[in-house]
Amino acid sequence: MKDSDVRQGTLALMVLKTLDVLGPLHGYGIARRIEQISGDLLTVNQGTLYPVLLKLEQEGSIASEWGASENNRKARFYRLTRQGRKQLQAEARSWEQTTAIIERFFAAKVEDLK
Amino acid sequence: MKALRRSVRRLTSWATSARNEELLRAEFEDHIARQTADNVQAGLSPIEARRQALLKFGNVEAVKEIYRDQRGLPSIETLVNDTRHAIRRMRKASGVTAAVIVTLALGIGANTAIFAVIDSILIRPLAYPHAEELISIGHAAPGLPGLPSIGCSPSMYFTYREENRSFDQFGLWSLGGASLTGVAEPEMPRTLFVTHGVLDAIGVKPLLGRGSAQEDHTPGSAETVMLTYGYWQRRFGGDESIVGRTLTINSRPHTVIGVMPQEFGFQRDPELILPLQFERNKTFLGPFPGQCIARLKAGVSVEQADADVTRMLGLWLNTWPPNPGMSRTLFQDARLAPRLQPLKQEIVGDIATTLWVVMGTLGLVLLIACANVANLLLVRAESRQQELAIRAALGAGWGRIAREMLVESITLGLLGGALGLGLAYTGLRILVVKGPDTLPRLDEIGVDPLVLTFALGVSLLSGALFGVLPALKYARPRVATLQGVGRTVSQGRERHRARNMLVVVQVALALVLLIGSGLMVRTFQQLRSVHPGFTHPEEIQILHSTMPESIAREPERVMRMQHETLDKLAAIRGVTSVGFGSAAPLEPLLGSSNPVQAEDKGVAEGQVPPLRQIRRIAPGYFTTMGTRVVAGRDFTWTDLYDKRRVAIVSENLAREWWGVPGAALGKRIREIGAADPWREIVGVVENVYDNGVHVKPPEFAFWPALMDRYIWGDERGFAQGGGMFAIRSSRTGTESLLTEAQQAIWSVNGRQPVFLVTTLETLYDQSMARTSFTLVMLAIAGGMGLVLGIVGIYGVIAYVVSQRIREIGIRTALGARPAGLLGMFVRHGLRLAGIGAAAGLVAAAGLTRLMSSLLFGVTALDPVTYMAVSVLLIAAGVLASYLPARRAIALDPVQALRAE
Repeated sequence: MKDSDVRQGTLALMVLKTLDVLGPLHGYGIARRIEQISGDLLTVNQGTLYPVLLKLEQEGSIASEWGASENNRKARFYRLTRQGRKQLQAEARSWEQTTAIIERFFAAKVEDLK
Repeated sequence: MKALRRSVRRLTSWATSARNEELLRAEFEDHIARQTADNVQAGLSPIEARRQALLKFGNVEAVKEIYRDQRGLPSIETLVNDTRHAIRRMRKASGVTAAVIVTLALGIGANTAIFAVIDSILIRPLAYPHAEELISIGHAAPGLPGLPSIGCSPSMYFTYREENRSFDQFGLWSLGGASLTGVAEPEMPRTLFVTHGVLDAIGVKPLLGRGSAQEDHTPGSAETVMLTYGYWQRRFGGDESIVGRTLTINSRPHTVIGVMPQEFGFQRDPELILPLQFERNKTFLGPFPGQCIARLKAGVSVEQADADVTRMLGLWLNTWPPNPGMSRTLFQDARLAPRLQPLKQEIVGDIATTLWVVMGTLGLVLLIACANVANLLLVRAESRQQELAIRAALGAGWGRIAREMLVESITLGLLGGALGLGLAYTGLRILVVKGPDTLPRLDEIGVDPLVLTFALGVSLLSGALFGVLPALKYARPRVATLQGVGRTVSQGRERHRARNMLVVVQVALALVLLIGSGLMVRTFQQLRSVHPGFTHPEEIQILHSTMPESIAREPERVMRMQHETLDKLAAIRGVTSVGFGSAAPLEPLLGSSNPVQAEDKGVAEGQVPPLRQIRRIAPGYFTTMGTRVVAGRDFTWTDLYDKRRVAIVSENLAREWWGVPGAALGKRIREIGAADPWREIVGVVENVYDNGVHVKPPEFAFWPALMDRYIWGDERGFAQGGGMFAIRSSRTGTESLLTEAQQAIWSVNGRQPVFLVTTLETLYDQSMARTSFTLVMLAIAGGMGLVLGIVGIYGVIAYVVSQRIREIGIRTALGARPAGLLGMFVRHGLRLAGIGAAAGLVAAAGLTRLMSSLLFGVTALDPVTYMAVSVLLIAAGVLASYLPARRAIALDPVQALRAE
């Protein structure tokens, strides 16, 4: 698995979770939230978020519409669709499983295997 | 599912890309504005705040690029772009582009045209409903020596029609001519004779009027006729009131009952359809003038039908009486067996080989054209090398560049194909009008979806074919190319390898084509050198005429009137001799054959004597045709009027029976059957190639035009039915001679129609139509191959010379003699031509075997042709390299050194 694949996959999951928690949000808001939560650990260019948003929208996990933002500029708001919610649940579950496995794997000591 | 939804979205957003672009920019702008605002709040100056925001966002253009790639359909977008670029580049190099497109158009056009012919003749099913159920029924007769197959007799028609268990519809047909008179220009249209059931089996409904019904086939009822579409259009201008009118056919009135539609196509493209009327009580086992057609019942296989016919043959043999004077055992001994084949095969005949050979040669021409174009593109690619290297250095992948080059060549291929399709369409129009009569289903030839698909496929394929070599060679970047900017020195051999190889292939293919056409030329020569049994056919005018029963009934009176006509014809100015007979040589539709027996040659029990060609003639026939009398004498008028029992045979028949021609004199022969009296041979004439010079001449028995009895119970004799007048004159072919001849005939009897006017030379040419058709097609292909091959060699040598001008200058300055330099380049060309020719000889030896059935008098490995063609091609190669080489050495060395 290439590095970028992992990152795009996790980024997509983070986008879904963000929208799940905060409700409809514009691209900048999503980027800020991810930055805050990850404590700037994820130092991606903010721009790379947009291709991920496009892909999610094309797959039907999120939808977007144009609206006026608080300072009267045109802004695009993304929201989670029902399918996106289902996808989030499924992926969160599989993510938990994966991390659990990985955790156990790394925690395992030599004597446990005897 | 997800992927599917995504591709649908991609497609729709690709279509609305301009608006999307704007929205994307707005969204990014919004993002950056928010970040800037946040940064300002955090205490940065507005300018610094925006700078930081932009930095954080990353490379806007790069993100847009990724975004676009995901959104639309990148492959289609670049394809459109590449095509646009390709067309722009082509416009710039318009000369080369035009050359390429024309070359391709010729190659693709020729192939498309011949494919359209093959499609309509061989591939497309007959235009009849459920044509696959239709079969043709003939018979094999292993008991009759020298006879590959025989047809069906009227008695078989009755038996098969009434007793079969496997046919839905069944009928008998035969082809021939019938005289049409009582119109401004009497003529003898090609006629399809049918029994009841033939048109029903075919299942094509008449366009006008009705098809033949039971009453049209009942003896004694009013005689009727149908017209085919082409004849109706040609002869009657498509006049719909023709139905119900009366035409005089074979001197008897026939009512027109219907017109067949255009899609009714049949062997030899008949013009009239005449219902046959068989009288049951005058029907015997023989003769066998027809072919049977049947529509199989649903679910019945050809094998089952075969078994059914075998069973019915047994019934037939015991149901019908043998012909008067013949025994039933004679028919038993012929050991008839059914021979069933799909109707399409019967109609298409043996044209398939010719067409496939022509298609193959034109395919080779296209290959040569592709090689030529590939060569041109290689040169182009070479001149673009620096551009390509720069692009590669800037990050263009080799796949991207290769794709672009392929798109260019495929665009060329498609343009060439489009033009070629136009050429093919024009060519087909000409072919339909001027094509040989022997080409079946000619009317059906046209451009249909399959042909269009073929043209498209060939265009794409050739585009890919000639594009792949330059793409492979030049798409991969070479660092050295960028450094090599500036003056080049002479290049290594390696760089020319691809072009040399292409030229070798071209020469090899051209050689194959030239050998193919050379073999056809030799065949034609051989055919022409066969002495056909007549001399100076261009001097012989042929007219057919019938004597209506209303004028004369008794054979003797008819003969005396024909004799008087002959005398009048002989008196015309410039006429050297005249003849009269049942048919002229090379009129296969009018010929007849029957077993002939010699008195002193016993026929073994259970054997039938072989068939011989039968012709009835009056004195002067041989003199007029130029047929030499080898032994004995011609008939005399006394022989005819005294009804002496005399005969003349051909040389091959005399040799077969008695060893030498002279020994035949005094021997007696007769047509099979005890009713025919023995006739004494009074003369032997040289062989006449009556079925065309490419087949062995048939053995002939000539009877006097006037006899005491006629075989097959036809008491009326032949002279009444119709006869052929031959006039030998230096004025043959002129209007004035024809007018005078017609007046001579009409002066004896004003109502005697004259038709089927031709010259023996025309018949002679027609008999070689297949050979000359193939010859012309192969000669065109060979000529194109030769020209393209020469252009190929010329191009390579010219290019090499232009690349080595500096080297030539240095060599000249150092004292190299012009002759030596010239030799250097000519040797290069010679080497290419030589290797190509050697490869071509090997290929030709294998490939020409496929056309051996079209050859006559030469083998597919004819050494003369192989030698001559190789020498011709190599000489052409030397010339093609000499011309550009001469230009090089004519240069002033100082100028050459400065050149670049």
